[in-house]
Amino acid sequence: MTRESVAVPCRLQINGQDYSADLPPSVTLLDLLRERLDLTGTKKGCDHGQCGACTVLVDGKRVKSCLILAVSIPDSVVTTIEGIAQDGRLHPMQQAFIDADAFQCGYCTPGQIMSAIALLEEGHIHSRAEIREFMSGNLCRCGAYNGIINAIEQVVSRQHRNQAGEAA
Amino acid sequence: MNVISTHIGQPVSRIDGVAKVTGQAKYAAEPHPPGMLYGVVVNSPIAHGRIETIHDTGARQVPGVIEIMTHLNRPHAALFEKSYMDGLGVPGAPYRPLHDGEIHFNGQPVAVVFAETFEAAREAAMLVRVDYERWPHNANFEVALHQKYMPSKTRSNYVPPKPRGDAAAAYALSAVKTEGRYHLAPEHHNPMEMHATTVIVEDDGTFTVWDKTQGPQAVQAYLASALSLSKDQVRVRNPYVGGAFGSGLRAVYNVFLATLAAKMLKRAVRVTLTRPQMFTHAFRPEAVMDIALGASRDSTLQSMIVKGVTDTSRFEHNMENIVIWGLINYRCPNATADYKVAPRDTYTSSDMRAPGAATGVNLLEMAIDEMAYACGMDPLAFRLHNYSDIDAMHDMPLTSKALRDAMAQGAQHFGWHDRSMIPGSMRDGRELVGWGMATGIWDAMFSPTSARARLGQDGRLHIATAASDIGTGTYTILAQTAAEAFGMPLDRIDIELGDSALPECPTEGGSWTAASAGAAVWLACHSLRTKLFAALARCKNAPSWARQDSVKLEGGALHGMNENAQDSLSLSDALSLTGQDVLEAEETAKPGLRGKISQMRKARFTHSAVFCEVRVDPELDTVRVTRLVNAVAAGRIMNPKTAASQIRGAMVMATGMALHEESLMDERVGRFMNHNFAEYHIPAHADIPDMDVLFVNEHDDEVSPLGVKGIGEIGMCGTAAAIANAIFHATGRRYRNLPIMPGA
Repeated sequence: MTRESVAVPCRLQINGQDYSADLPPSVTLLDLLRERLDLTGTKKGCDHGQCGACTVLVDGKRVKSCLILAVSIPDSVVTTIEGIAQDGRLHPMQQAFIDADAFQCGYCTPGQIMSAIALLEEGHIHSRAEIREFMSGNLCRCGAYNGIINAIEQVVSRQHRNQAGEAA
Repeated sequence: MNVISTHIGQPVSRIDGVAKVTGQAKYAAEPHPPGMLYGVVVNSPIAHGRIETIHDTGARQVPGVIEIMTHLNRPHAALFEKSYMDGLGVPGAPYRPLHDGEIHFNGQPVAVVFAETFEAAREAAMLVRVDYERWPHNANFEVALHQKYMPSKTRSNYVPPKPRGDAAAAYALSAVKTEGRYHLAPEHHNPMEMHATTVIVEDDGTFTVWDKTQGPQAVQAYLASALSLSKDQVRVRNPYVGGAFGSGLRAVYNVFLATLAAKMLKRAVRVTLTRPQMFTHAFRPEAVMDIALGASRDSTLQSMIVKGVTDTSRFEHNMENIVIWGLINYRCPNATADYKVAPRDTYTSSDMRAPGAATGVNLLEMAIDEMAYACGMDPLAFRLHNYSDIDAMHDMPLTSKALRDAMAQGAQHFGWHDRSMIPGSMRDGRELVGWGMATGIWDAMFSPTSARARLGQDGRLHIATAASDIGTGTYTILAQTAAEAFGMPLDRIDIELGDSALPECPTEGGSWTAASAGAAVWLACHSLRTKLFAALARCKNAPSWARQDSVKLEGGALHGMNENAQDSLSLSDALSLTGQDVLEAEETAKPGLRGKISQMRKARFTHSAVFCEVRVDPELDTVRVTRLVNAVAAGRIMNPKTAASQIRGAMVMATGMALHEESLMDERVGRFMNHNFAEYHIPAHADIPDMDVLFVNEHDDEVSPLGVKGIGEIGMCGTAAAIANAIFHATGRRYRNLPIMPGA
């Protein structure tokens, strides 16, 4: 019997919706999203965990979905690029990427945005150098790096302003 | 054309931005037709030989496997090599995928496994075993150099070097001489999206092919020819392309294999390459340049001798313009150059961003820096001293060359005049600081292109052309052009690209799309305006002010003039009045007779001046690029926001060229062995500093109808040299091989 004829239960919450199916254990979270759920916003750039294009949030933490077998994270909450805009309004990070021209071809962009959202949660945002260091797992061949850092800084400073406003 | 700019030249955000930041933009591997099969390619692990036996029994037992396609069971495809020629004009005999059992290069596809799921196809592909008869091969570049030759038929875009004066004699007599061999490692394009094809079999049996390409019409023509289909049977779509940088100029084997399989299996198929397979096709050739420069004591260049070789395959003669740039760009009375190609048993090298110039300009600008130092002159001053106002190789005037302004503004912005000449003299704490500069040059090209403009009942302007936006901003600048030409707000314009069924447009590349497609859209919109005015003039029930010459189209509505200035008419109402549902115009922009004469009489280039600061750790020998300034003279800039991103992006890739990127050959098997992002380093966030891009004012009505020169490649040219020259200035050590890895 080959591995592909085995199926294992997989239960996840993806962008607020419950998902359950029996899957071959070799299906990565990335391939589940792209090929079985048509959530193609999450990109495959290397399938080796080297480029970051497939970055999604699992239980709020950024992960490379190509390195995770879908059946290995039961009951996890998965958020993809398709799940961050609310009520048709772009997430502030999405809007900042457009404003700062933080992409060209757009292929690494969903991964950059998901990574940037997690970065803010992690708090690695004290300087441009720190942001650069902690975004270095997301490669961009078009070289939109300056724009990406600018976009993240825009969101950070807007958050600071909002927090200052609330404090006042 | 006299353009008053309300839209062109504005820093508009990308109109495809929302699609890209929400994940809605569909790339080649993303449509999901019902019943689609997944194809995984099995590649040859040998470089030269013949397939003896293919053992696929184990693979066929994997549940879900439908077919394993090889040269033995594939359906009919064209027999002769000429049927596989593409538009790129590389002379030779193109590779024919799965044609027969002969192996021409390591990584050549030998089988494709098709299965119901990706996982099954991947597992089965690993179980395919192939026996080979191995023949001798050479993958060593130094060995190939001994077999260098000049192809009898040259590439269509090849510019033969034109010598002047007596370079050898002048060199012998020169008071100051420099001489050296410069080398560039092979590089792979590595767009973030891997090459992929999804083929949909339509109800009428025709194929809709979603492919990652820079030229949907070129791929359509290739598939029709290679698979013996009529063009009506193949439609190629590429509305979004996840980068390409030249890797999508020629049809990659996945598109042939996927379409062949769809024909064979009568089912939708998808073939996506893996990242390692991205190292089995196009790459920038390895190159050597022997450069000898001679100057008089007053720092005037007297002689330039450039000899260059790039590698190619055994079956095609890929050629690049690497040796001509110095002869064009410097006023040097005696100059000569020679170019050859060296064959290896690999796939054919190919065009990668700024092909030829990225290699030739950067290596030459490193040599120029050496000569400036040999003369004891500041490198910027040396370039100004030897500046040419004409194309010195063809002794031809230029349509424009604002390189002096670029040098001055770039130097000013960078603070170049505070530089100390002596290498190793600028320290910051324990770090060595180096400042270097170089200039860049690239062709400003214009190719005939068609576009269609259509006004619908919804009052929206729809623009269509078969151009490809590979991240270049084409959607956005064409919308700006249409807005300007038609008098329409940007948000009422739809741009349709990336479809072979649209009006003819050449393959995207060479930085010609903005100038060419821009001009076509401009003409089509003007033609549509004229049609609309004429239709209204004939229209009996139109208000009288709208039937006269004194009507204008502004802000997406018709307005009266003078005493009728208060009157206006929406475009939907205007169209209704004419009694038509749509009004349409298609136009082709081409150089025309005047343009052709101008092309013969004047040369056309973009130029740039790049300034760089590096910091070198003297103990660890690590190099960090800490500042980059690029001043670019590229005619009219359609959108300074997206244009600056284009330049920055090329500077990032050039940083990779200078410091990181090198495809390493395992010569025993003839394979690029560091075939992944962990071992083939491209610059990451932490490698890239803030980069400043300046666009120098350069008015040029002659270069193209809209005065546009194109900006896709110029950022590559000179940037790697500026980094290399900064490393010399920091350390006093000359590195003549790119990438530079001082610690290695």
